[in-house]
Formats: sequence, structure tokens, C-alpha cells
Amino acid sequence: MSSQKKVKIRSVGKYVPDKVLTNDDLTEWLDTSDEWITSRTGIQQRHISTVESTADLCTKAAHEALKKAGVAAEAVGLVIVATMSPDAQSPSVACTVQANIGAAQAMAFDINAACSGFVYASSVAEKMLSASPYQYALVIGGEVMSKVVDWQDRSTAVLFGDGAGAMLLEKNSDTHSFIGEDIHADGSRGRSLVSGETALENPLTIKREMNPYLQMSGRDIFDFVIRSVPKNIRTVVEDNGLDLEDVDYFLLHQANARLIKAVSKKLKQPIEKFPQNIQYFGNTSAASIPILLDDLIERGDIQLGSKQTLVLTGFGGGLTWGSLLINL
Amino acid sequence: MSTFEKIQEIIVDQLDKEPEEVQPSTNFREELDADSLDLFQIINDIEDEFDIKIETEEGLNTVEDIVKYVDEQLA
Repeated sequence: MSSQKKVKIRSVGKYVPDKVLTNDDLTEWLDTSDEWITSRTGIQQRHISTVESTADLCTKAAHEALKKAGVAAEAVGLVIVATMSPDAQSPSVACTVQANIGAAQAMAFDINAACSGFVYASSVAEKMLSASPYQYALVIGGEVMSKVVDWQDRSTAVLFGDGAGAMLLEKNSDTHSFIGEDIHADGSRGRSLVSGETALENPLTIKREMNPYLQMSGRDIFDFVIRSVPKNIRTVVEDNGLDLEDVDYFLLHQANARLIKAVSKKLKQPIEKFPQNIQYFGNTSAASIPILLDDLIERGDIQLGSKQTLVLTGFGGGLTWGSLLINL
Repeated sequence: MSTFEKIQEIIVDQLDKEPEEVQPSTNFREELDADSLDLFQIINDIEDEFDIKIETEEGLNTVEDIVKYVDEQLA
């Protein structure tokens, strides 16, 4: 056993904006249909922010997690926000959240690993917390994807939603939640999903026109997920001495219900072990895993401290993908 | 197993059909109700099975189209 201190998941919280856009709502300006969207993605509706920023959503999710744990914000030493839709390049979303919740002692920064962001941020937070003098870390996945999608592009506009999920990590506890991880990147395929590109702009150059919106090659991403994710899940489970049958739930990034079904089929694991809430929230990128985790805890399917075994798996732009093996 | 039989097996598995429903002349979209995501998965499995790369699903409408495409790649 190394000198690493134990870190466990203490509480989880989520927040989504009130405004709901159904598939039928989208047909008012897009040539699409509820049947098309539902059958190909599983999405029936998504929550869209009308006034709240990414930091606002993250703040509310963080408040929720702190409240459930009964932990004061001053006790938090680290705030990491995973996002690909920050409010600004600077200040980071994490710094705004740190101020909003009053975590005056905390260091704070953002991580961008697109839809894998929550897995990346959790991996970093667990290690930093373990090696640090502080007791609590907040890991938040928060997105306002509605500001990065092109609302005239029916191939992407129908897919995304806004929301945030927060997880409070605690050190020096009886349980070590983070049993193993297997995390990857492949920048050589980065052009398969591009968002928020900015052009070179200075007195010495001619500014190029760039598409600032999210653009995605559906087949390339589908292909990437179907080849990389089942292998990744198998690795994180088997390298840590477990079988797929030992895992209670696989919490996959909620990108597409058909994709989740395909992964379940490849792994020969029943679809019931792959919980989904994509029908209500759409693809909320880095927020999808903590929102799902919170839903499952509220539903009673998952109990913190129960010793249940979970795999949390993110995949998306970068390209990035990765899994965490979690013992609750 | 012939190319057709292997491809038939992949399609039967992906689309939950009976082998009799998947014949060389069968049209994926019209007769098997396959959409683009079904085709991605079928193509993905065929690529793995035959160790080839299928660049585009355009022009692949029937089972026979895919068998021909695969046989050309393997030739």
C-alpha cells in the first residue's frame, strides 16, 4: 500500500436550467422530427439556459453537493470545473464558482477534455487531494452547450443540452473510492469534433474566416466510440482483478442511446446495467456523468458507502476517452 | 463460409433479423428498416471481420452491394 491517502465520494449534486425544449419545439425552425431524433439518439427533450451562465449552473450544482454533505465551502481546498463551454477564457469558470460559493481557501481551475472532462477532472482531483493538506475537493462538470452549437445545423443542434453536476471528494476516510483508471487521448483524430475555433488576429496577419460553432463527423465519432470504449471499459475492470459481471453499473457519457446500446452489446452486458437519462437532458458533455450519478442516487439505485462497484466512462472531443473504476 | 454468409451473419446479429430475411437482393433501408446508425455498426463489424476499410456507405444499398465491395477489397 502506497502512502497515498484514501479519497471517497462524499456527495453529489446537480442543476439544470428550468427551460425545456422538446423535439417538437425544435421542428419550429429545423427540418427534423420527434420520431427521427428519438429513434436515432434517444433524446426527447433538453434543458436550455435562457439567462444563466456556465458558472451559474456549476455554482448551483456545487451548493447542492455541499448542502447534502453538510460541509462548509471554506473547508474546500480545490475546485476543478470540467467544461468545453466556459463563460470566458479568463476568469475560469472554477474561479467564478469559488467566489460564488465562498470557498476562500481553495485553488481553482478549469479542465477541458470535452465530453471526457469529468473523468479527467476526477482523476486529477483525486490525486491532488490525496497529496495535499486539504480535506475536500469539488469536481464539477458544467456546460452551456446551447451557446456553442449552430442552431441552424440539424445534425448537431438536436443533440445537446445544458446542465451541471458536482461531486464532493473527501480525504482521510474509511473508503477509497478510486480503484483504478484507464484514460487516453488521440489528438491525431482531433478534427472529428471541433468547437469554438478562434482565428489568428493581429496587425501582422490577415484574419481567416472560421466557423466558431461545434462541428462533428458523426460516423468518425461513432466509429471511435464503438472501437475504443468497450476495450477501455474491459481494461479498467480486468486490470484491477475484476470481471465485467462484478460491476453493478456502467455510467457512460450520455451522448446517444444507440451508442450506449452498442457498447452494452459489445461487452455482452445487459442494457439494464447501463442507466440512461439522455431522454430528459440530451448530451450535456462534461456534465452528463455527474448528472446521471446524482439521478441514480436520488432514485435509490446507487447508495454512497454501499460498496457498489461502478465504472464511469467519458468519451468525446480531443479525441479523449477514459474510465474510472469506482468503489462506493 | 462465403463472404455473403459472413455478412449475412453480421446483419442478422445487428438488426435482430432471421437469416431468411437477409438475401443478396435485400435493401437495408427499405426492407430491413436500417437507418444510418445501423449501417455504421454493420460496416464497423464488417471492417473488423475482413480487416478492410469501407470509406463511405454511399452506394451500398443492398446486401449484394456490400458483398461485391468486400470481395473487390479482398481481391
